[in-house]
Amino acid sequence: MSILMQAAEPESLIRKVAKSHNISEETYRHIVQVLGRTPSITEIGIYGVMYSEHCSYCSSRPYLKTFPTTGSRVLVKAGEENAGAIDLGDGQAVVFKCESHNHPSAIEPYEGAATGVGGIVRDIFTMGARPIALLNSLRFGPIDKDSRSKFLLNGVVSGIAGYGNCIGVPTVGGEIAFDESYRENPLVNVMCIGLIPKANIAKGAAKGIGNPVLYVGSSTGKDGLGGASFASRELDEASQADRPAVQIGDPFAEKCLIEATLEALATGDVIGIQDMGAAGLTCSTCETASRGNSGIEIDVLKVPRREIGMTPYEVMLSESQERMLLIVKQGTQERVKRLFARWELNAVEIGHVTDTGRMVVREGKKIVADIPVKSLTDDAPVYHRPKARPAYLDKVQKLDLTRIPLPADYAQVLTRLLMTPTIANKAPVYEQYDHMVQTNTVVLPGAADAAVLRLKGTSRWLAATLDGNGRFCYLDPYEGGKYAVAEAARNIVSVGASPLAVTDCLNFANPQDPEIMWQFAECVRGIADACRAFETPVIGGNVSLYNESPSGPVDPTPVIGMVGVIEGGQKPITASFKDAGDIIVLLGETREELGGSAYLADIHGLKAGLAPRVDLDNERALQRVVIEAAKEGSLKSAHDCSDGGLAVALAESCIMDSGRRIGASIENVSCAGAVKMRLDAWLFGESSGRLVATCAPDKLEALKASAERHRLALSVLGKVGGRRLVIGEAIDVPVDALNEAWRTAFGKLI
Amino acid sequence: MKWGVVVFPGSNCDSDCIYTIQDVLKQPVETLWHQDKDLRGVDAVVIPGGFSYGDYLRTGAIARFSPIMKAVEAFAKDGGLVLGICNGFQILLESGLLPGAMLRNTGLRFICRFVTLRVERTDTPFTNRFERGQVVRMPIAHNEGRYTVDPATLKRVSNDAVFRYCNEQGELIDAANPNGSTACIAGITNSAGNVMGMMPHPERAAEPALGSSDGRLVFESMLNACAASR
Repeated sequence: MSILMQAAEPESLIRKVAKSHNISEETYRHIVQVLGRTPSITEIGIYGVMYSEHCSYCSSRPYLKTFPTTGSRVLVKAGEENAGAIDLGDGQAVVFKCESHNHPSAIEPYEGAATGVGGIVRDIFTMGARPIALLNSLRFGPIDKDSRSKFLLNGVVSGIAGYGNCIGVPTVGGEIAFDESYRENPLVNVMCIGLIPKANIAKGAAKGIGNPVLYVGSSTGKDGLGGASFASRELDEASQADRPAVQIGDPFAEKCLIEATLEALATGDVIGIQDMGAAGLTCSTCETASRGNSGIEIDVLKVPRREIGMTPYEVMLSESQERMLLIVKQGTQERVKRLFARWELNAVEIGHVTDTGRMVVREGKKIVADIPVKSLTDDAPVYHRPKARPAYLDKVQKLDLTRIPLPADYAQVLTRLLMTPTIANKAPVYEQYDHMVQTNTVVLPGAADAAVLRLKGTSRWLAATLDGNGRFCYLDPYEGGKYAVAEAARNIVSVGASPLAVTDCLNFANPQDPEIMWQFAECVRGIADACRAFETPVIGGNVSLYNESPSGPVDPTPVIGMVGVIEGGQKPITASFKDAGDIIVLLGETREELGGSAYLADIHGLKAGLAPRVDLDNERALQRVVIEAAKEGSLKSAHDCSDGGLAVALAESCIMDSGRRIGASIENVSCAGAVKMRLDAWLFGESSGRLVATCAPDKLEALKASAERHRLALSVLGKVGGRRLVIGEAIDVPVDALNEAWRTAFGKLI
Repeated sequence: MKWGVVVFPGSNCDSDCIYTIQDVLKQPVETLWHQDKDLRGVDAVVIPGGFSYGDYLRTGAIARFSPIMKAVEAFAKDGGLVLGICNGFQILLESGLLPGAMLRNTGLRFICRFVTLRVERTDTPFTNRFERGQVVRMPIAHNEGRYTVDPATLKRVSNDAVFRYCNEQGELIDAANPNGSTACIAGITNSAGNVMGMMPHPERAAEPALGSSDGRLVFESMLNACAASR
């Protein structure tokens, strides 16, 4: 059937290339069997990237199937397209997804992070959606002790700013955390949210025999060659030599590509579309053909190039940025090309859709690859890797509190916690991001637990957050997985929004280590249980494995992106205390849980104990009470209790709004209904399911009644007012001093 | 009054300006493409923020050579109202319609945040709706916003400064100058007064939901001026 590869390369060379792509002997034999012959070098490259962990999810797929993915509002399910979509009502849909760019950022932080932004933004506008917001979750080693960690942080932040600011998509929220385990393998996770009329959601399928396949956007170079394979192995000393595997971004090209692509999709001429991200031309051609149950044939000689002498292998595996693949209606190609030319972008017909079920790659007349499409996608190998409960768990979960002395000075501990890099105010970072362009950001970074965007022309507001907690997952992957979802949901409800759905970025180490695989499986189980309980389906995401270096694995770090909605023009709630005399309540129950807390880590140097238990019914009750109170307009502020516990949450509520700092007096330090516990656990413990809220005195009874109805613990803690934060006998400190500590610490570190 | 908003490849505040004019002020707007050669009879031109031509070479350096800028220059010389915001200001400097140049912010970082500005003049077409000495809030978002002129020119143009960075009390102190601009200048007109460039974004402060409506007054002032000139 084909005039294939008569003068094929010697098999020894093919095997060598296979090895460089981490293709096992068993997989190699499988490929030979599928093809019925020895693969060509281009083919082995194509199989290599498509079977990489990054593209094929070969280790994680069986677990991802356990996520709840359906719901009445789900328009596009996880895995169906480039991103999932949720129905907002009135014909409007929101599309969102989260993706990692950890390995590139470890080697070349600016470009690594910048192209991470570019990639996730393309996933969103590939769906036809206008990107309206970006969030990021970043993790590094200790920047206060390690200059390389500081270099990586500054590089990553500049990269996100350099790219995101230029393309005109606001970076509205996120988080940054620090831990020794990320020293050589930082985590850079970026989430993008887009908006689209639901009737216009674009598809990533190649359909219609003979329809032209267009290549649009930047030209192809050798940058990012084999990036997907690079992302699917551990970092080592030689990784610096992999620098060509890091792509170089051009945000200006991306901005033009966004506008041109959205214009093209609006014409109705485009049948299928996919961005060229990981595995570039390879992935986009075989995945569109696979979704369309069709075949595809392209000629690499027609691909615009920025370097001479590129082989078909290099063209197919390049991960040059800002490129897309379009399948358009026969006869419309000239119109589409003109549209891209107006934006000074390439648009070239490189092939057509076939009905053969095969991906055929030509170099002129010569066929250099001829592969059954499904063997690259649906039929890619899946590994059921062995799992084993990690040996370290028993040791680290033991925590003898009697050996930890109570602090002599609680105010000093609070101040120190407010100055730790993870907790300190991140204005020096988020002010480098344009967070206001598109004029929708109504709750700015640093004002609340979630970002809030208005949706022009509607009375609807969108809330978004991105969160994770590696330390809890290290100590207990199952509870940690639940915690990440619970915290994201608390962030969403704290602004008064109802959670809609979830995207996740699962950052783990080497899955071939049974202990790592166990961490992965347990985290996924936790996330799945929490998502089911909260009725927030997982609509997409990304798995990043092999996050480890010679000094060890990263903490298991699932990061949860969640989007929620506020209806009917109800005003978003922020985290800062508002007026003197307002009543401060703690919603939820405090238990003696110091395990995994920032207090233990940063004050006592301990990463130990049990992670806080997450009672999903209790979380659900908390969500309902807050949403109800927000609807009735009875809450004046709401702030999740997480890093640093209750004391840090109270302090932050005093100082988060720099223009109207205000004090608070907490008289009730016994915590109603709770068992007697250590004061440090009450102040700094990180029990899940809690939120500090304020209301006007005349709203308290209604709030109490609502809590009772939902069987949620509620304790009246005290009142807003004055210029000091007073917590019983333990803490009495001027809010200005807390503000100075919290607001200036981070700027001094970077 | 018919408005025109210029769109270069890489402009990213064009839609925000159009939204402010069309949906907030309820005025008609024309989108002017960088390769257009005429202004289609608009009464005022807004050059929006963004990264025209990727900010390659130097901010605004390539945009000034575009066909539309030829038309804008002729329009400005004829007394037409031209407002350049952020990257638009940078383009006006590069094209010589306004004096001075932009350097990188003194902190060498992009800065996005609300700042306070003192209104220096109210006898311009861009500020007639403000009070003299009024302290207003608008956001900045730029990497190259350090307005710079040589001392001799400064002497000549100092009176053309329309907005200056200040603290909440209206004092021009270093701590309130976010980017190190000469004489705290945030916005300036040409000597004829019909062309203004400003680094702060009035379109990002044109509605209460965005935390400030002060920026709306810039657009309303232009409406006033245009109505008066008819």
